[in-house]
Amino acid sequence: MPKGRILIAKPGLDGHDRGAKYVAHLLRDAGYEVIYTGIRKTPEQIVSAAIQEDVQLIGLSLLSGAHNVLFGRVLALLSEKSADDILVFGGGTIPSKDIPKLEAMGVRAVFTPGTSAESILQTVSRLLQQQQSNTHTSN
Amino acid sequence: MIPEHLRKAAQAWTDGAVRRATSKSPERSDRFETASGRPVDRLYLPDEDLISNYSDKLGFPGEYPFTRGVQTTMYRGRLWTMRQYAGFSTAEESNRRYRYLLEQGSTGLSVAFDLPTQIGLDSNDERCIGEVGKVGVAIDTLDDMERLFESIPLDKVSTSMTINAPAAVLLAMYIAAAEKQGVPKDKLAGTIQNDVLKEYIARGTYIFPPQPSLRIVSDIFAYCTREVPRWNTISISGYHIREAGSTAVQEVAFTLADAICYIETALSAGLPIDQFAPRLTFFFAAHTDLLEEVAKFRAARRLYAKLMKERFGAKDPRSLMLRFHTQTGGVTLTAQQPDNNIVRVAIQALAAVLGGTQSLHTNSKDEALALPTEEAVTVALRTQQIIGYESGVTNTIDPLAGSFFVEKLTDQIEYEARTYIEEIDKMGGVVRAIEAGYVQREIEEAAYVFGRSIDDRRRIIVGVNDFKSETEPDIDLFEVSEEVRARQIEKLDRVRARRNQAAVDDALRCLQEAAAETKANLMPPILAAVHAYASIGEICGVLRQAFGEYEEKYG
Repeated sequence: MPKGRILIAKPGLDGHDRGAKYVAHLLRDAGYEVIYTGIRKTPEQIVSAAIQEDVQLIGLSLLSGAHNVLFGRVLALLSEKSADDILVFGGGTIPSKDIPKLEAMGVRAVFTPGTSAESILQTVSRLLQQQQSNTHTSN
Repeated sequence: MIPEHLRKAAQAWTDGAVRRATSKSPERSDRFETASGRPVDRLYLPDEDLISNYSDKLGFPGEYPFTRGVQTTMYRGRLWTMRQYAGFSTAEESNRRYRYLLEQGSTGLSVAFDLPTQIGLDSNDERCIGEVGKVGVAIDTLDDMERLFESIPLDKVSTSMTINAPAAVLLAMYIAAAEKQGVPKDKLAGTIQNDVLKEYIARGTYIFPPQPSLRIVSDIFAYCTREVPRWNTISISGYHIREAGSTAVQEVAFTLADAICYIETALSAGLPIDQFAPRLTFFFAAHTDLLEEVAKFRAARRLYAKLMKERFGAKDPRSLMLRFHTQTGGVTLTAQQPDNNIVRVAIQALAAVLGGTQSLHTNSKDEALALPTEEAVTVALRTQQIIGYESGVTNTIDPLAGSFFVEKLTDQIEYEARTYIEEIDKMGGVVRAIEAGYVQREIEEAAYVFGRSIDDRRRIIVGVNDFKSETEPDIDLFEVSEEVRARQIEKLDRVRARRNQAAVDDALRCLQEAAAETKANLMPPILAAVHAYASIGEICGVLRQAFGEYEEKYG
């Protein structure tokens, strides 16, 4: 029984997916089922992939500076489609002053350059627990 | 070959002195390795081969096999071109930054385009929300290009443009903007990156599938040979391959494998090798492992010269020269303790200079976080000037030649890169290797190994996994406003209202016909469309219709 299903996604137009692939690989090695979307996906494509693949978490990776707009769009679409039980975390070159804004929008965690693998794994495991208990209470 | 008496003496030293020393205090590690994971010995010894095979291995500067540099006098004649990559927001704002850089002593321009421009979309396209003007300047029509170079004499500066899939369009806009300044195209000097293969491998701003993309590349070669003779028609790039996580060897190998593919494409389009090869250029990264990087540049030059001579039969010495631009490694910058990045960049820039680069971009300390501020860019440029004017390394040519270690590394990197290229040949060439995901997987694996070595602290990154600070300084970051898109859309609307629509329609129809005719060169119809103020989205739209779009497969 896998520990959880996670979609790693690249919204926006930038092609820098070293970080996304690294996190995907790391999570796979840790026993999660990971689906990686590839680069240049629209928020619509990401949300529909998340629903179709029945994931518990979405990890968004962006390095172009368009995170405020595009992470927000993914969250809005999730709630439009009543899929906001799926929790969202993010990563990339994100200035620290933007992190509170993203958190206020509903992004559960933001990993910036230099975040250790250990801390990513801990956060993901905590988010999954949270996600499962949320789903249970809403049932 | 290491002389026998030396080998014996070294063995005696290892068995005696080294054993005694390490039994008292052991070395810091059981295994020492370069940044690319190559094992490094305690000591290297002189190799007789270097003397007996001197002309085959090293040669003289400006002569085959160019190991010691491509110019006869190297930096004693002229320093490298100090070329800082810049561009953001609108053409007007980027123009101000370029003029600032030129005032500060930059000797060439290097244009960064935003992602919509790089994938051939207009700023008003839905897919561009959040991206307009973010990582570079937004260009929709010739009107933007004219503003970008306003008051910059295009017959005096050389301009490098980081543009790939739509390189033909931006080159056409540059030619047209220069004409409006009264500068004819045969006076223009500069470079377009135009290396679409590495977009599939590592960088991601592809548009069309490989075959039509290669046709466009080859059309540009043919057109520039005739019309823009001083233009470097491609900058075959290892930089992004390295940024994606490759080793130094993979950087050299995959870049030269891409070069082979471009050369074969141009040859099969009927271009003679010595006509287009002198205008091919390269682009590499410089990382912090100084000696490995110097060896990498020397190995790349030697391997390329041999490939060009032996495999392609090139005769013109300029066809055999690997001329290259270097950028310090963006991926080595840390968000933590950003001032430390100034030191990293200085070491990397020194590696590029000791490696014989023709031009150099030094990164700014704040680029792990955002686009650089003007202050940070100035320090980065000053770093190059200090190396150029104060360090003394420019007084003699190829000063690390003859270092037992550097020469050994140079041999190893050349040999291993050649082995990779043979592997790719066996797979049927680099396009096949890319389509099979081989190249991408090799890089991803190297990136993972490197990342894990940081996670488990086998590799120390100062400020990240050791020597951490309790508090991180709050630094001022450069920010591009979300309003840029609205301003850009307004400008595009104004141009569309003003232009002769019939002329645009006509030019786009001609382009469509040329695209369908594989023997036609696409440059003239693209130039005509640009002159009529057709937008990049319209021009690439026609080509998207004709050629289709590339979809990467993940599995």
